[in-house]
Amino acid sequence: MSEAVRPTWSPKEDEYGPVLARLKEEVAACMQCGTCTASCPNGFAMDITPRTMWRMIQFGMVDAIFDSHTYWMCSSCYTCTLRCPRGLKLTSAMASLKRLAMLTREGRREGAFYRAFMDNVESHGRVQEMGMMSGYFLKRMDNPALPLRYLPLGLRLLGKGKVHLPGGGQGRILGPMFAKAREMEAMP
Amino acid sequence: MSYAYYPGCSLTESAVEFDVSARAVMAHLGLELAEIPDWTCCGASAAEPVSKLLNYALPARNLAIAEKEMGGADVVAPCSACYLNLLKVNREVTHDRHLLARVNEVLLASGLTYSGSVKVRHILDVFLNDVGAKIIAQRVNRPLGGLRVAPYYGCQILRPYPVFDDPKRPTSMNRIIEGLGAEVYPWEHGDKCCGASLMMGHPEVALQSVTDILKAARQADVIVTVCPLCQMNLEAYQAEARKLGARPVPILYLTQLMGLAFGLDDEALLLEKNLTVSARARRRLAEGRPSGPDPGMEGEKTEETRKETPSKEERHV
Ligand code: SF4
Ligand code: SF4
Repeated sequence: MSEAVRPTWSPKEDEYGPVLARLKEEVAACMQCGTCTASCPNGFAMDITPRTMWRMIQFGMVDAIFDSHTYWMCSSCYTCTLRCPRGLKLTSAMASLKRLAMLTREGRREGAFYRAFMDNVESHGRVQEMGMMSGYFLKRMDNPALPLRYLPLGLRLLGKGKVHLPGGGQGRILGPMFAKAREMEAMP
Repeated sequence: MSYAYYPGCSLTESAVEFDVSARAVMAHLGLELAEIPDWTCCGASAAEPVSKLLNYALPARNLAIAEKEMGGADVVAPCSACYLNLLKVNREVTHDRHLLARVNEVLLASGLTYSGSVKVRHILDVFLNDVGAKIIAQRVNRPLGGLRVAPYYGCQILRPYPVFDDPKRPTSMNRIIEGLGAEVYPWEHGDKCCGASLMMGHPEVALQSVTDILKAARQADVIVTVCPLCQMNLEAYQAEARKLGARPVPILYLTQLMGLAFGLDDEALLLEKNLTVSARARRRLAEGRPSGPDPGMEGEKTEETRKETPSKEERHV
């Protein structure tokens, strides 16, 4: 599916506002104890610690947030969410940060896998792994070597009869729900 | 007992052996599964960064169908990511009137609504709390001969909602593994993240997690998982992890291990679908003998190394 027919998730200046406002709410009660940072298994790969990230959100430092790649290192392990003494839904906040960043060009590249996954769900109802991976590679034309990296695994899975050839799934059974969600989330 | 079964997308493709073995093991334990008609993807961890609303509405659609058509049966999911997404609807949406109304507005586009009456269960929860480790042990026909099994829970079955285990020190698989005649391999990595979908965008980061887990399982005969994503990450990247110092180890789904001990036949286990279980390892597993994938390592598993492991009492604290 081409990018041109997907207007809803496309970057727009006035979209930063609502997403950021929501993020501020999500982390408003943070008391900067650092438990989240200490818990994170991917902290070693982050340029800004989770704790500092929440402070940057509270201060509305949008440019610094866009410059960081911290949230792309979140693997949704939920350790920080489990341990935060304030009971904040931090994994969810990391997802909001990804959503915020996906309003930028660089963010759309980083978020290509999530977008390819959701495109595939929209088109087939159930993920078709091979189609989803091709969709992902198409969104990552900036890295032509990427398919090669996953080719051996793809062939192993194919050899084991563990992926379908294109054409399975439930069709566009979820189309109406996707359209409705798009319409509702486009509204502030 | 009868359940509304939600296999999830992976179990129709790359995790087909989890689906087949889960169904066979449930049948062996006398539990009935009816697949949720026309079920669709739960959104995994990809929905939330794209749409907060679909992150709830996608799993809710399946619960709405179960609620409407399956007479209040508990929904059981073998995949931890599906399980958490379904569970989140009950924990985060149904008690929030405003959010529930929004989610139902999306569902209405599919002609459905959800009120929150369906219970969501992980298959491990069903094994432990509806069947029980004792009954499972009674159904064993071929005890596993002291196979050293490292229980790997991963993330989303334990966190953020602890339902049937202690997320800081999970032990729920221990009783099942021991009931199968296997030994629980003592380790601290059962609740560590495998890197999940980071393996797609930043494989070098996820590979570090996989390597740490495999290194910690150095002396185990097998690792068992309860999630297709954990299974994929731990299986598919062992060659790379080996370059970073990890030793290859066979990875099985818990249901495959149970099926082995129950004496179910090959078509119920599909061990040949696993990426880390060689034909030789399959034969040894079927004979109930430890499977050390690399012959060099087997000689080292002497009585001494076995004695180094803590006693059962210590393990259960
Ligand atoms: S654990 Fe919670 S309160 Fe502590 S720094 Fe992190 S977000 Fe803030
Ligand atoms: S959920 Fe994300 S940010 Fe939180 S500890 Fe896990 S990887 Fe780190």
